Amino acid sequence: MRQDLATPDSETIRAIIAAERHREGPLLPILHALQAEYDHIPESALPLIAEALALTRAEVHGVVTFYHDFREAPAGRHVVKVCRAEACQSMGANDMAARLLDLLGLDGYGTLPDGSVTVEPVYCLGLCACAPAAMVDGTLLGRADSPAIAAKLAKAEAPA
Amino acid sequence: MKVYIPLDSAAVALGADDVADAIRAEASARGLDVQVIRNGTRGMVFLEPLVEVDCGAGRIGYGNASPADAGAILDGTADDLGPVEDIPYLAKQTRLTFARCGVIDPLSLSDYEAHGGLAGLRRAIAMSGEEIVEEVKTSGLRGRGGAGFPTGIKWDTVRQAQADQKYIVCNADEGDSGTFADRMIMEGDPFCLIEGMAIAGLATGATRGFVYLRSEYPVAIGVMEEAIRRARGAKVLGDDVLASGRTFDMEVRVGAGAYVCGEETSLLNSLEGKRGVVRAKPPLPALEGAFGKPTVVNNVISLATVPVIFEKGAQHYADFGLGRSRGTIPLQIAGNVARGGLFETAFGMPLGDIVNDIGGGTASGRPVKAVQVGGPLGAYFAPHQFDTPFGYEEFDGEGGLIGHAGLTIFDDSADMLGMARFAMEFCAVESCGKCTPCRIGAVRGVETLDRIAAGDPAAQEVLTDLCDTMTSGSLCALGGFTPYPVMSALRLFPEDFGATKEAAE
Repeated sequence: MRQDLATPDSETIRAIIAAERHREGPLLPILHALQAEYDHIPESALPLIAEALALTRAEVHGVVTFYHDFREAPAGRHVVKVCRAEACQSMGANDMAARLLDLLGLDGYGTLPDGSVTVEPVYCLGLCACAPAAMVDGTLLGRADSPAIAAKLAKAEAPA
Repeated sequence: MKVYIPLDSAAVALGADDVADAIRAEASARGLDVQVIRNGTRGMVFLEPLVEVDCGAGRIGYGNASPADAGAILDGTADDLGPVEDIPYLAKQTRLTFARCGVIDPLSLSDYEAHGGLAGLRRAIAMSGEEIVEEVKTSGLRGRGGAGFPTGIKWDTVRQAQADQKYIVCNADEGDSGTFADRMIMEGDPFCLIEGMAIAGLATGATRGFVYLRSEYPVAIGVMEEAIRRARGAKVLGDDVLASGRTFDMEVRVGAGAYVCGEETSLLNSLEGKRGVVRAKPPLPALEGAFGKPTVVNNVISLATVPVIFEKGAQHYADFGLGRSRGTIPLQIAGNVARGGLFETAFGMPLGDIVNDIGGGTASGRPVKAVQVGGPLGAYFAPHQFDTPFGYEEFDGEGGLIGHAGLTIFDDSADMLGMARFAMEFCAVESCGKCTPCRIGAVRGVETLDRIAAGDPAAQEVLTDLCDTMTSGSLCALGGFTPYPVMSALRLFPEDFGATKEAAE
């Protein structure tokens, strides 16, 4: 469990929806705002969104699940996105990702059992001229290597 | 003393923020009067972080700067590159669209105006919609997103459509690997895109604009949003654009990690808050686009090129280029390359010159094996095709496309069967699911490539047939163009697909 995240409650969710619903095409902005608050789209938000936008719950579910960004559950406390697109592959991104997963003790992309780190693939950070690229908690890394990423994570996890 | 340190994502990814902090700290420790400006990048990513120091006699560059260099840079004793404008990589370019990128403070409207900004919009305000469209047609500008459709003709369709509301939608969902021109200009010269969209609005009668910007570009989102706020504050946007009495306003919409949303109809569905599923055409978005209204959907670079066309005149722009590819193209040289970065030049430069002379060959020092041009849906090119001039028709003639002008270079360690498999796998993951050739074909493509890898001699014919079906039967470029990388890899590098093994049997 992420201690740093609030438990979703319908009052807050309704307020988040209300803040965005005046926009043309408000659904994606609402979902982004919810994810910014909870690091995932709480199941309990779906009927509230559906009601506010006069959609069916199935339609909202369909949109949420279409996009890679929206999570069903919060990620780990730290998130590493490893670029797996062609330009990064040409500079050894596949090997780098494999070494990183190995260093962290992950079998594949996903979250460590202690919830500290999530590693996920991303298809292009636009850093194609300084590949391979990665993002650690929103910090971009060019010409990245797995020890540097692991070091950054260790630093982020260390008590301040 | 002015010190420029880029805020561009690539520079930041290579440590520019730490360098900026170190220079500020060093300057304050010495009590020096130093103005630190976070500019965009010049596009020479191989030199980033590129610090530029201006003591009043031009900007001197310090490449690959690290925080430890801060003191020596301020002393002027660090190894320098000389005047930045004279660095051959930059000096050889024709910078029209990217003229200001890396030069100015991206969020300073006064810097923008001092470097020619808003001159195009002021000129357009004095013209009729028809005259604006005519100017764009004369420039020969074609869609820089990849399709190459004449921009002026698209605008004219929207201009002539009758509706109570029209929209300008900027496609900033730059998902293609090997491309970063959109990101670079949004981070380095955001007012240029705003000005281009405002001119499009005046031309067509559209009063609302959206920049659909991918979530993988957090820096670009921040810079664009702030630039829009400032443009609104300065009445460049709003209900009285530059005191013309005309209305145009815009906002950023953030994507959600779906590659297919770079396809214009899928983007429109996403903008409306739906699944990013591709729409059948017709109706054209120009007639029934965003929210069912007439909509211009243009790539970032197409729109960001409009201001310079109006500032310098359409003919000036059209005088550059080759054949039906007029003007300049920002080449993005990426992947396994010694000098990666953005290189804006007139159409027509041979592929080999781009890869070897400009890019300097591979970063690994090994021979170039293949160059994928135009992103994940673009064909691979082999060195024997390096005399192909960079242009829409010229690349089409070689069985490829220029796409968004990204070039991803691979050295001889690349496994082209693996790359072909990746193309199919990517298509399978990113398919919106609407049409069968893409949704099912990509999955079967992965399986068939695995059969080839396992040595099944019948599988190549199946793959060829499957690609044919995807090419002819898919609704959009995702399924329709995935065969480009797959079939070009098979055609150019048969040895990676077990050709010798098959011949020996």
